Amino acid sequence: MKSLFNYIKEVVYAFVSLAKGLLLTLRYFVTIRKVNITEEYPNNRTTTISVKERFYGEVVLPHDENNEHKCTACTLCQIACPNNSIQIISKQIETEDGKKKRVLDKWVYHLDSCTFCYQCIDACPQDAIEMKNSFELSVYDRTKLIYQLNRPGSKLKEKPTVKEQQS
Amino acid sequence: MISMIEFTDITAWIHSLLLSVMTPTWTYIVELALSGVTALVVLLVCVIIMVYMERKVAGFMQLRWGPNRVGPYGIFQVIADVIKLLLKESFSPNRADKVMFNIAPALALCVSLMALAPISWAPGLTMWDTNIGILFITAISSMGVIGILMAGWSSNNKYSLIGAMRSGAQIVSYELSAGLSIVTAVALAGTLSTNGIIQSQADGWWILKGQIPAIIAFLIYVIASTAECNRAPFDLAEAESELTAGYHTEYAGMQFGIFYLNEYINMAIVSIIASTLFLGGWMPFHLPFDYPVVHVFNHIMDFIPTWMWFFGKMFLIIFFMMWFRWTFPRLRIDQLLKLEWKYLLPISIVNLLFAAVIIVLHWHL
Repeated sequence: MKSLFNYIKEVVYAFVSLAKGLLLTLRYFVTIRKVNITEEYPNNRTTTISVKERFYGEVVLPHDENNEHKCTACTLCQIACPNNSIQIISKQIETEDGKKKRVLDKWVYHLDSCTFCYQCIDACPQDAIEMKNSFELSVYDRTKLIYQLNRPGSKLKEKPTVKEQQS
Repeated sequence: MISMIEFTDITAWIHSLLLSVMTPTWTYIVELALSGVTALVVLLVCVIIMVYMERKVAGFMQLRWGPNRVGPYGIFQVIADVIKLLLKESFSPNRADKVMFNIAPALALCVSLMALAPISWAPGLTMWDTNIGILFITAISSMGVIGILMAGWSSNNKYSLIGAMRSGAQIVSYELSAGLSIVTAVALAGTLSTNGIIQSQADGWWILKGQIPAIIAFLIYVIASTAECNRAPFDLAEAESELTAGYHTEYAGMQFGIFYLNEYINMAIVSIIASTLFLGGWMPFHLPFDYPVVHVFNHIMDFIPTWMWFFGKMFLIIFFMMWFRWTFPRLRIDQLLKLEWKYLLPISIVNLLFAAVIIVLHWHL
């Protein structure tokens, strides 16, 4: 008799627990529009899409309004890069006072082999390069993934001297 | 009074039209072909709706959107999938038993379409109005496993074979409790003909009139028929995580498409049978009480057309089956057999006895 009672209790409990699960999915079924955890990506790329600032998307070399960057072509980023994604091509120029100076010619960035490890940015003593949170980086041809980051005609941003800083 | 065109008027008109141009024998043959094609087309449209519905229900239950790329709300997704399946090669593996491999999908489909014959679609609209309709359906629906076994055996693949054998074990077990719950409804109605069963529910559906035994029988029938259709949580025959795709692992293109179609047609048939037995088929919702208010209510319900009742109930039960699929995890094979032999079968036997007592004492409404 006790086993029969246990049997019936088991069946009733089974139905109760199944009903709990069914009610949960029914609640999901009817509340989809309120929750909306799906990003409708290509439709919201200009409106509601949000990517975190810390997302490692691509390396950029920021230029200011005078088309000046902070890169001194020291090649520390190139040395720090674990897979040779960075190529710094520098050139010798002569300043007005006759000194020879090495400046940046081309900052070549191979996005196709970059692993977004952030080591180049850690290595940069001038804080010249940054990571941007852009993520739509795909192209149809691999050769298009080789970027020159410094803009044409850009030059090194002169550091303010100590006197200028004090004043 | 709104004069409504009944389906019987349409069939009578077609019958007289055909008789006026050809001999009675040819009329019979043409009517057979026409009714078959019509039922098939209706069912295919239902399957297209069901596939779309399945994916939308799945999406909504998992807090996703479901298909929404192809056409407005993704309604052309199914059509795109069908075109994809039609364009793919129907490949048969080298070591397979070619003849059986190619016959199996067609056989499975034929068997499940045969169960359509005694179904009563609307008042007076039955392809084969026989007095053993439900018996015929139970006999045919257990034959569906032969196609699956053929597919599993001829694929010459261990996953296919295991899936097919599991399907066999499953259908053999679950036929019992499905059959016993059908017997409960048949005992309440007192007839095996689908039309007779629906007519017996003119003053109320069996799930209301038949008291507790009818409700238990309905629940058991829905569980057992979900298992018979090889649908989750009983989809052991094609358990993706264990058997890649079970009995249709080796099938591609439209041969796979036929198995897929077969699954959905089985689902439609099972839900039509469940609605015929317990929810009154095309019969509008009537309450079995003798008050003036109830008479008015019953009369208002008569204004909803019968095809709407028929497909409404069918899709309601299909929704239940989809709801189960996207809620419950898959059972293990021993749990599956334990559920049938230790729980569903004893409960349905006791339930049948209980129903018999109620019928003998006229306690049902």
